[in-house]
Amino acid sequence: MTDTSQTPILSAKGLHKRFGNVTAMDGADFELYPGEILAVIGDNGAGKSSMIKALSGAVIPDSGEISLDGEVVHFKSPLEARKAGIETVYQDLAVAPALDIATNLFLGREKKRAGPLGSVLRMIDHKGMREEADKQMKSLQIGIRSMSQAVETLSGGQRQGVAVARAAAWARKLVIMDEPTAALGVKESGQVLELIKRVRDNGLPVILISHNMPHVFEIADRIHIHRLGKRVAVVTPKTHTMHEVVGIMTGAAVHDLEHPGDGDEPAKPAEEIEAEAEAQGKTAQPDNPTG
Amino acid sequence: MTQPVPQTAGESPATGTPPEAPAKAQAVPKVSGDRVAQLGPLLALVLACIFFTTQSDRFLDPANFSLIIQQVMVIGTLAIGQTLIILTAGIDLSCGTAMALGSIVMTKLAVDSNVPPVLAILLGVATCAAIGFLNGGLVVGLSLPPFIVTLGTFSIALALTHIYSKDETISNLPSAMTQLGESFQIGSTAVTYGSLVTLGLFALIWFVLTQTTWGRRVYALGDNPEATRLMGIPVKRQLLMVYVVAGVIYGIAALLLVARTNVGDPNAGLTDNLDAITAVVLGGTSLFGGRGTIIGTLIGALIIGVVRNGLVLMGVASTYQILITGILVIVAVSVDQIARKRG
Repeated sequence: MTDTSQTPILSAKGLHKRFGNVTAMDGADFELYPGEILAVIGDNGAGKSSMIKALSGAVIPDSGEISLDGEVVHFKSPLEARKAGIETVYQDLAVAPALDIATNLFLGREKKRAGPLGSVLRMIDHKGMREEADKQMKSLQIGIRSMSQAVETLSGGQRQGVAVARAAAWARKLVIMDEPTAALGVKESGQVLELIKRVRDNGLPVILISHNMPHVFEIADRIHIHRLGKRVAVVTPKTHTMHEVVGIMTGAAVHDLEHPGDGDEPAKPAEEIEAEAEAQGKTAQPDNPTG
Repeated sequence: MTQPVPQTAGESPATGTPPEAPAKAQAVPKVSGDRVAQLGPLLALVLACIFFTTQSDRFLDPANFSLIIQQVMVIGTLAIGQTLIILTAGIDLSCGTAMALGSIVMTKLAVDSNVPPVLAILLGVATCAAIGFLNGGLVVGLSLPPFIVTLGTFSIALALTHIYSKDETISNLPSAMTQLGESFQIGSTAVTYGSLVTLGLFALIWFVLTQTTWGRRVYALGDNPEATRLMGIPVKRQLLMVYVVAGVIYGIAALLLVARTNVGDPNAGLTDNLDAITAVVLGGTSLFGGRGTIIGTLIGALIIGVVRNGLVLMGVASTYQILITGILVIVAVSVDQIARKRG
């Protein structure tokens, strides 16, 4: 599924960031390849959200390099990242409930009427916005009857669908989904997961941040595991079990990133991995970087 | 890879309905809470008119209508500015006293300081805009609650009005200042130029709120400020602008007040303050922001005018008029709240 021989869409090398005494990123690396859903997981405080914020311009790293399509970029704000083609979907349904779907899809980027009506009076092209919104919702197979319907009349899954559709409509490079199912029920989560797959199938790679292992294993092509401020492993749902992934994430098992499993060999017992790690001069429980 | 998700129960199509779904055939808009909020006030206005028609044969007199319109002119204009602020989930308790200060500034400058009337008017409007800027600056810059900020500027504007006017009413105004109080005849009804200004302002703000990006962002800001910020809209600048624009509108209200009363009255504006908020609420605009229409506010202002006028015609004492206005507000907010919960 993921072709790692291609140039990554988005990559990061050796990101460092300290907030006072706290090291949020300690040499974090990252790669997102075309056409994939990359899940990013990590325990609370592992620094994954700092890394995601750095990738989306919300945090400026102290050192390290971020590249978009192979070119080094320096985002100073989320707006710059968005201008470069990176859109983010937030967990808390960042939509305006009283406003209609079309208005929400175009919030902050309203389509204006042609000529002086648009440029001078800043008049909105309501009809054009509804039509384009309709097209976008159909391309993602979100069946909502009217684009002039208020978002609050939709179910939670459909509302998040609006947020995902908005991101997919404006993203030119990739979409970051920050816990997109955290606020949703089981059935609605399923709908949003299907939608995320469709976004990928329509050609946009997706970074999915999630705590929900079944969701991650259901749709991720690769899983980036973050621990203690850096990437400790990249695995796939096919080569590792949920149990193993949680083991790596919590430090119960150490994954050797330099020699990742070929995918065919069975996972090693945790003690064996630890013994290997010790032999290489690593410890299963590295010093806390906050020290 | 992609599999359509089974539809959720009920008639609402869920995420995952195939695109072939007959999307157009079912485009019957359902009556949302907003529509109820728009029809309710209109119904109340009609009912009030019918009621007072049965109670007084003078109510339907064209001269009486002309009077109602004149009375509504000032609070209607104040309510326009108030609507903008309430749509952002704010409130402006200072609107009436800001208007009073503006009216004193323009009349005193023109009469006592011999400033040319047009310049005096502009300076009066600028004074109101400055109070709006102060309100907005404190709300945006220090993240203070609008209620508290405008409670403070209410007193400040009130005090400045009395200090600057030395508690004296200013009369013998230049004619340029009272022109908007003049009227012309349509049939047997006298229409003041000022009421045309008010209606024009309603039309202008209706246009801005419904047809322009600036207006839609006012709604978005009041509805979900965080989402609005995340979408890259300069939320702080937008909010500050709303307060300044409201201030300018209060300045226009000040001119209308002066034109109607022919004096600069330091004691004006105290009841208009709450009347303006009442008009907005009666018009169905939510105090929680993001919902409401400017047409609703016009209807709300007319309801206040009609009820006041009708009660006077019926010979009800003014204290009871205030009582009834108070009850009206609570009923309006309750009806609105219940309608939204059901919707």
